[in-house]
Amino acid sequence: MSVGLGHYLSVAAILFTLGIFGIFLNRKNVIIILMSIELILLAVNINLVAFSSHLGDIVGQVYALLVLTVAAAEAAIGLAILVVYFRNRGSIAVEDINLMKG
Amino acid sequence: MYQAIVFLPLLGAVLAGLIAIAGAIGRFPGQGPAPGLDDGATDHGAHHHAPSVHGDAGVIHHSHVEAHPHEPAAAGSRLAELITTTLLMISMILSWIAFVDVGFGHHDLRAQVFTWFASGDLKVDWALRIDALTAVMLVVVTTISALVHLYSVGYMEEDPYRPRFFAYLSIFTFFMLMLVTADNLVQMYFGWEGVGLASYLLIGFWYHKPEANAAAIKAFVVNRVGDFGFALGIFALFMLMGAINFETVFAQAPSLLGKTIWFFGWRADALTLICLLLFMGAMGKSAQFLLHTWLPDAMEGPTPVSALIHAATMVTAGVFMVARLSPLFELAPNAQSFVTLIGATTALFAATVGLVQNDIKRVIAYSTCSQLGYMFVAMGVGAYSVGMFHLFTHAFFKALLFLGAGSVIHAMHHEQDMRHMGGLKDRIPYTYTVMIVGTLALTGFPFTAGFYSKDAIIEAAFVGHNPMALYAFVCTVAAALLTSFYSWRLIFKTFHGEPHDRKHWKDAHESPMTMLIPIGLLALGSVLAGQFHPIFTGHGGVEDFFRESFTFAKTNHILDEMHHLPLYFSLLPIGMMAVGFVIAWQFYIRRPDIPVELARQHDFLYRFLLNKWYFDELYDAIFVRPAKWVGRALWKGGDGWLIDGFGPDGVSARVLDVTRNVVRLQTGYLYHYAFAMLIGAAAFITYFMFAVR
Repeated sequence: MSVGLGHYLSVAAILFTLGIFGIFLNRKNVIIILMSIELILLAVNINLVAFSSHLGDIVGQVYALLVLTVAAAEAAIGLAILVVYFRNRGSIAVEDINLMKG
Repeated sequence: MYQAIVFLPLLGAVLAGLIAIAGAIGRFPGQGPAPGLDDGATDHGAHHHAPSVHGDAGVIHHSHVEAHPHEPAAAGSRLAELITTTLLMISMILSWIAFVDVGFGHHDLRAQVFTWFASGDLKVDWALRIDALTAVMLVVVTTISALVHLYSVGYMEEDPYRPRFFAYLSIFTFFMLMLVTADNLVQMYFGWEGVGLASYLLIGFWYHKPEANAAAIKAFVVNRVGDFGFALGIFALFMLMGAINFETVFAQAPSLLGKTIWFFGWRADALTLICLLLFMGAMGKSAQFLLHTWLPDAMEGPTPVSALIHAATMVTAGVFMVARLSPLFELAPNAQSFVTLIGATTALFAATVGLVQNDIKRVIAYSTCSQLGYMFVAMGVGAYSVGMFHLFTHAFFKALLFLGAGSVIHAMHHEQDMRHMGGLKDRIPYTYTVMIVGTLALTGFPFTAGFYSKDAIIEAAFVGHNPMALYAFVCTVAAALLTSFYSWRLIFKTFHGEPHDRKHWKDAHESPMTMLIPIGLLALGSVLAGQFHPIFTGHGGVEDFFRESFTFAKTNHILDEMHHLPLYFSLLPIGMMAVGFVIAWQFYIRRPDIPVELARQHDFLYRFLLNKWYFDELYDAIFVRPAKWVGRALWKGGDGWLIDGFGPDGVSARVLDVTRNVVRLQTGYLYHYAFAMLIGAAAFITYFMFAVR
């Protein structure tokens, strides 16, 4: 059995779904939300690379690299915010973060 | 000349008003009226500051307990006094010249000033109608007004708002002159409302006193009731005749005989109805029975105001109006009977209430009310000149009594309750003397003013032919007795006996000359005014003096009949006066315990009289409280519940409800937002996949 486009897309879909559920089902930790976002981005990356190889168009891989950079930056900023937030409020549990309530 | 008589007081009022405004700007800089008024006014203020400082320095040594917190007098007070008083004096002198010229020289005239307005068929001229009737009123109004102005200089010397006071006094005089010189009913109505306004302003002059404000509003509202009738009367006249100037109306009046008009589904005789409606206005203005309740309360105003407006001039406007409209009333005998009935009832009613009042000014106020009743009796039986005679003499002695009472109040440091007075005759002998003169004139002591006029009214009531004449005769004779009693009671309680308040009694002092001169002159007038009797009641004198001012019906020979009464008849009022005096003497000098005992024995009667026949309570229950109920129902139910509930308030409440729910959507939880975002994204993608092709 050769590994085809469908397999890659399946893996990406599974990762994406995991990421979504990671955001919603997690009630504990904001870091997990960050990780879930990374998962979603990864799923997108796999999609991009898969289609790039399948269609023979290099642009997809360029985009994947771009997304990786952005993801790294995002993770760095997100973690930095979390550190500061923890220092200020002493907790990063998701339930406690509701300052944006109307 | 007549223009000068009428418009000089207006000029004085305007100038004093400007000074008052300038003073207000000086006192509260930055809060003054619009800058447009500023230019002229500040100019005045700056100009006349110096004399006012001068004037105030002169009165500083008077140590007086003020009724209100001490404030410096407004700038230009002395100047305002000077201007208004001088102009009124000029006006007074011209009026006396006019009196002689018109009355004895027979120079009636009609001076057109300008056309006021013309709207369709309704053309209203602004014209001065000068005949003997007007001349009498001119003399009364300007003389009393000038003396009251002079008196006020002394009486109001501690008041910080004198320019305003004098402006009001002068504007009142102007409106009153407008009323008496009116050539048509609309112009008369203008003056009529104007004096009402001035009365309101002056009763409420001390506006920091709640009672004064309440009294001012009461006077205005009660007068509105009467004025409503007056206005309806004018409308009816215009509807039937198409004109409102006196000449046309009087000329056409006989053609209305027998005509009827619908009025509230009732087919009424036109002339009777018109006269009754017009008389309703007179009842309000002249404080007649049923519409009298405002007059005693009006005594909250400064005393000179009571003397000028609520004794001598404004309240007699109703009498003047009936006299002026004599051609109409002569054609409506039923209306005349009604006038007689109301007049007689008022005369007796007010006199009974006057018996037990304790406030010195209220006694005189009820006395005024009663005397106005006398005048209406005379009007009702058709003796117009006699009624005018009483108006003329009454103006002198009642203004005298009021100003005398003002002098007493001044001496007693604004004490008005007679129970706290007593024994004042040694402290203020001058005031005592003039008050005695006024009382003699009021009670009809032989050869004083009241003697001639009051006797004439009682005689006229006796020989009168309308169905109410006998009733009027009984009432007026009884009222004469009561008048004598309460007048002497006032004198005895105030000036005789033991002083009830030693401290005030010791501090009591005679008033300044500016007050004593006017009351002296009025005392002179009270004695001498009766000597005009030939022209008011005399045989042939009336026809010669008044000529066309009054119209007498063919059957009206009342003036002749009066002269054929036996001589002993004139002894009747004198007897009444003597009896009243003796009873008062017995009650308040010899046996002061009798009235106390009587009041205790007839407790119900005493309270009934003390509470003025419970008229205020009755009106409160019938009119005031239902009006408040209706007002409250409309306020709470109509406006608050219906309009606000379903209008602005309802809409805003719904908006608030919606937003409150929207706010609840915003939980603040991160995953809710993420979820919403995803759902949104999913929805968009679905939309683009399936719907957009």
